[in-house]
Amino acid sequence: MSLVQGLFYLMSFIAVASALFVAGTKNLVRAIFLFFITLFALAGLYVLALADFVAITQIVIYVGGILVLIVFAFMLSGRETLNTLGQPGGNFISIRKLPALLLAALFLIVLINMITAADADHLIWIKNSVQMKNDIQPNAAMTENIGINLMTRYLLPFEAVSVLLMIALVGAAHLSRKEGSA
Amino acid sequence: MISLTDFLIVSAILFCTGLYMIVSKRNAIQVLIGIELMLNAAILNLVAFSKYDRFNNGGQLFALFAIVLAAATTAVALAIILNVYRQYKTIDPGKIDQLKD
Repeated sequence: MSLVQGLFYLMSFIAVASALFVAGTKNLVRAIFLFFITLFALAGLYVLALADFVAITQIVIYVGGILVLIVFAFMLSGRETLNTLGQPGGNFISIRKLPALLLAALFLIVLINMITAADADHLIWIKNSVQMKNDIQPNAAMTENIGINLMTRYLLPFEAVSVLLMIALVGAAHLSRKEGSA
Repeated sequence: MISLTDFLIVSAILFCTGLYMIVSKRNAIQVLIGIELMLNAAILNLVAFSKYDRFNNGGQLFALFAIVLAAATTAVALAIILNVYRQYKTIDPGKIDQLKD
């Protein structure tokens, strides 16, 4: 087993374990801070998939932006949020959560079946891409190519996303204003 | 190297964890975290397949778009959650069942 594979298994173990802990824990603060760990491990997985720019973006936007925002909202929404969580609800697998657990487990089985049936490593376009040397090599620098593509081939989605981001931010500011001041 | 199937299986597990959180949690913020988890699983798939697309970078670019959209979604969703908390004094999605004031 090479170093890359070992790192991949380590990262995916951290990601999956912390995600399961986020799903299982009752403590909301702990869940949020463990979600940090999941996102960092996912950034590591992106690096192993040779997408370093996406990994950095993940850390900057998710960890730096979204999680701080979630912590903010959680602290603002007051003490009662914590109290509703602290109620006794039994352990991890209680009867109330059985349908949700069943749904997730069955869906996981379906997905795993589909993945093994699809056999993604032997798809035709992937074989073609390896043959035509269209796959990313570990020593390639992709950031420049991403920037050029962003400004040429994907300019329309880029503009659409920028407009939508502005609308969303204006909407969020409008929604969270104080009552009667606007 | 790492096979694509490994990435797909990791992302399937993360997706189902997010699904479980969305269905079972009784706190809107935890439901939001579940949605983020599902989005991240989808982004992992995009990035994993993007390894075989060196010239166009379709997967990586749409992963970036998805991250930006997730940020916008979270901002709006948190504003809505704060408003709902102000109105109902609870953020349990099961208890918010009235349209009137």
